[in-house]
Amino acid sequence: MTTTAQPPTAELGKARRRKEDARLVTGQTTWTDNLVLPGMLHLAFVRSPYAHARITSVDVSAARSLPGVVAAFSGADFAEEQGSLPCAWPVTPDIVIPAHPPMAVEEVRYVGEAVAVVVARDRYTAADALASIDVGYDPLEPVLDMRTALDENSPKVHESGNKSYEWVFANGDLDAAFRDAPVVIERNYRQQRLIPCAMEPRAVVSSWIGDDVTLWSATQIPHVLRFAIAAFFGIPEQSIRVIAPDVGGGFGSKLQVTAEEVLAVLISRRLGKPVKWTESRSEGNMTVHHGRDQWQRIRLAADSDGGIRGLSVDLLADMGAYLMLVTPGVPLLGAFMYPGIYKMDAYSFRCTGIFTTKMPTDAYRGAGRPEATFAIERIMDELAAELGVDPLEVRERNWIKHEEFPYTTVCGLTYDSGNYEAATARAKELFGYEDLKAEQAERNARGDSVRLGIGVSTFTEMCGLAPSRVLGSLSYGAGGWEHAAIRMLPTGKVEVVTGSSAHGQGHETAWSQIVADQLGVPFEDIRVLHGDTQVAPKGMDTYGSRSLAVGGMALVGACDKVIAKAKVIASAMLEAPPESVEFAAGKFSVGGGKEVSIQEVSLATFAAHNLPEGVEPSLDSDYTYDPDNFSFPHGTHLCATEVDTETGMVKIRSYVAVDDIGQVVNPLIVDGQVHGGIAQGIGQALYEEAVYDDAGNLLTTTLADYLLPSAADLPSFVTDRTVSPAANRLGVKGVGEAGTIASTPAVVNAIVDALRPLGIRDITMPCTPERVWRAIETARGGAASSNGGAA
Amino acid sequence: MTQINITVDGVTYVDQVEPRLLLVHYLRDVLGKTGTPIGCDTSNCGTCTVLMDGVSVKSCSVLAVQADGTEITTIEGLANGEWHPLQKAFHEEHALQCGYCTPGMILASADLLRDNPHPTDEQIRDGLEGNLCRCTGYEHIVRAVRRAAQAGAGQ
Repeated sequence: MTTTAQPPTAELGKARRRKEDARLVTGQTTWTDNLVLPGMLHLAFVRSPYAHARITSVDVSAARSLPGVVAAFSGADFAEEQGSLPCAWPVTPDIVIPAHPPMAVEEVRYVGEAVAVVVARDRYTAADALASIDVGYDPLEPVLDMRTALDENSPKVHESGNKSYEWVFANGDLDAAFRDAPVVIERNYRQQRLIPCAMEPRAVVSSWIGDDVTLWSATQIPHVLRFAIAAFFGIPEQSIRVIAPDVGGGFGSKLQVTAEEVLAVLISRRLGKPVKWTESRSEGNMTVHHGRDQWQRIRLAADSDGGIRGLSVDLLADMGAYLMLVTPGVPLLGAFMYPGIYKMDAYSFRCTGIFTTKMPTDAYRGAGRPEATFAIERIMDELAAELGVDPLEVRERNWIKHEEFPYTTVCGLTYDSGNYEAATARAKELFGYEDLKAEQAERNARGDSVRLGIGVSTFTEMCGLAPSRVLGSLSYGAGGWEHAAIRMLPTGKVEVVTGSSAHGQGHETAWSQIVADQLGVPFEDIRVLHGDTQVAPKGMDTYGSRSLAVGGMALVGACDKVIAKAKVIASAMLEAPPESVEFAAGKFSVGGGKEVSIQEVSLATFAAHNLPEGVEPSLDSDYTYDPDNFSFPHGTHLCATEVDTETGMVKIRSYVAVDDIGQVVNPLIVDGQVHGGIAQGIGQALYEEAVYDDAGNLLTTTLADYLLPSAADLPSFVTDRTVSPAANRLGVKGVGEAGTIASTPAVVNAIVDALRPLGIRDITMPCTPERVWRAIETARGGAASSNGGAA
Repeated sequence: MTQINITVDGVTYVDQVEPRLLLVHYLRDVLGKTGTPIGCDTSNCGTCTVLMDGVSVKSCSVLAVQADGTEITTIEGLANGEWHPLQKAFHEEHALQCGYCTPGMILASADLLRDNPHPTDEQIRDGLEGNLCRCTGYEHIVRAVRRAAQAGAGQ
């Protein structure tokens, strides 16, 4: 049923405890905010209290005269050099990309936009001085609802209007698919605005020595950040060193080139002093880029036996006030995923990117794919309900069978591997699917006021971002390769340099396992270096579940080159022709028991006394890997909810996740990624929403208002895996986003399943007790309004 | 300025501090004990949890002057020659990813086990409700606390 690639040696698949942990469990970490440099000054920002206003004046003179305040600046003070924050993904030729100065000069377009900065000797003094800065505003009309933002009489966020772009994709004859279709279902789904909330707030330190700058930042993307500062802010690339020290989570939110990073560089240059800025959580909720925020209109045509004929998707995507690094591209990452695991002949997709006076949106865990998966998995349940069949039955009717791989979808993606039957069968078994169905029927029959719901999500995703030529065809501003280097040390130890930039993923451990297997050296003898552009000079960093599928393969390529170089030297040591030398498990051997270890070759190469003529005295190698396809993890997640129809309270009773992420390097790390991903997806389903009021003020500025799930809110998760190896040498697919992509529709499907007998077919996320209760009351014809309730 | 006399991880300090100085900023900025990080400004996340006279407190919600005369244990002082059973258990069970919440999570767990040396999983989840983690989904954290309890961490 499932195929399992046998690991070549012991390390791949082993639950190694992490190398990273020693410093993390003892408080010896190097968070950016820990950094103290001689003479270091602290920044604090004055931020706009208006969603939309013209700046009439900024007076920083009173702040400048306060004790301990070294300087204070307005946007105008940096107007000549601050440029515009970059957008790397102009998705269409006619996309509108407005200027986005790091500090506003003429106009502010969201609450929290920086308008002035204080530089002081300590953080308390800097914060105190903010009150002394006088900013004059001439308020303008905010634009808060993307659904009306394109109306003729809508106020404008930018002079050019509120539309950024329209991007379309179509394949197959959609008209034919919908014409005379026995079943046509249309739904409108809301992807609420989310705040990523990595536990470590953003922090940045910038220090110039002469013409060279070092920037420490809590970032996912030290290499991209270095390139961006060079390319867009006029500082020579060779003079910039970016260090991402220990970084406390990202989830996409630290995949950004931020105003504060750029301003820290510019201010420290102007003052000739190192500066630090660390955000507060309240500041971060307002000004770390947000995620999701789309309205989805999805239409599905099917035959009477449930076979899908075609699918049409029309999105409105809230860009917020500006386009940041990959803001407009996020919906495109979902565009190819709406068909999910299902076969169909016709598909069309349209996305309109719209400006509003809110914090810009950008990548948040899953980026486009959770939205797509939610919509298709929700509407598959609607199709099942329409036909009166089991939701898994209608899915199986349509999904790609395991013998059909590789399979090219209606979107033109070629799924290299998968086995949806195997994952689903295993999930049903672990879940007790049939027993729960029977219990549900029994409880529904007796009118239990607490309803049992069973939710299904059979998802796939595209990750391992990304083949460079595909990114090019989508107008993305960079490639999708990853780099690795191996340094063979004289004593036989190994330094691994990676361009991926971990911030919780455990690369120091997993990369050691991969290299240990490839080179046959002990796990303990390997050290992984990353996150510093002076140490790891080349990379594309960590996001989009790319590190293993792309960065891991770069390691393999670099190890190949080490072995090839070592083989030449080993053959001389063994006095045998290179072609007769075999390499396995760390040893070069020829017949007759003659062998030499890779460590002995390392030492001989270091000494370089007896190397063959013309051979370079180094085994060190590097490799840049550009994938030729995405990878396609998939899985079946099943969720059981208890929905109290009297209070609207939803309790997750059980949750089973069977994921197929290909070959597993470290099952402990994989389980952790899946658990955390599921929790974040549950957060979207039940708890989380960034809320702006009618004036454009963010109401959810604290963790008391923006609810992250706690341990007490979540069930214990049951996880298992099936394995259909990916078509790369490691057989790996990626796991960073799978749980988040899968779990949101599983939970909402379970809630709707519980309430469908009452005539409810949707609840708008987050499915809070109030919304669930209102939906029930509305369905019963009660007094509650449908505000935020039933669709 | 107010004088405080405070013992942190076994070392006694006498310092003049502003009355408004938060304990967590005293630890981080005055003593350089950066093992205790800050995750929010409304005492919701628990990242900055330390033990004050053996009881867990969120050090962002305590003024340094309120800590006068107390004994503070941070993550940096928890190990006693060898790692505390909770530190070992968090490592063994892979109860941390980015590790930012970990110091607070471990110290809150220490207080939880002091109160209840053999908690059920539900009691562990309820007991850690004031400490947020965005990476792990808590599954392995619950296992780690259970493992530490079995190792006698709460005795």
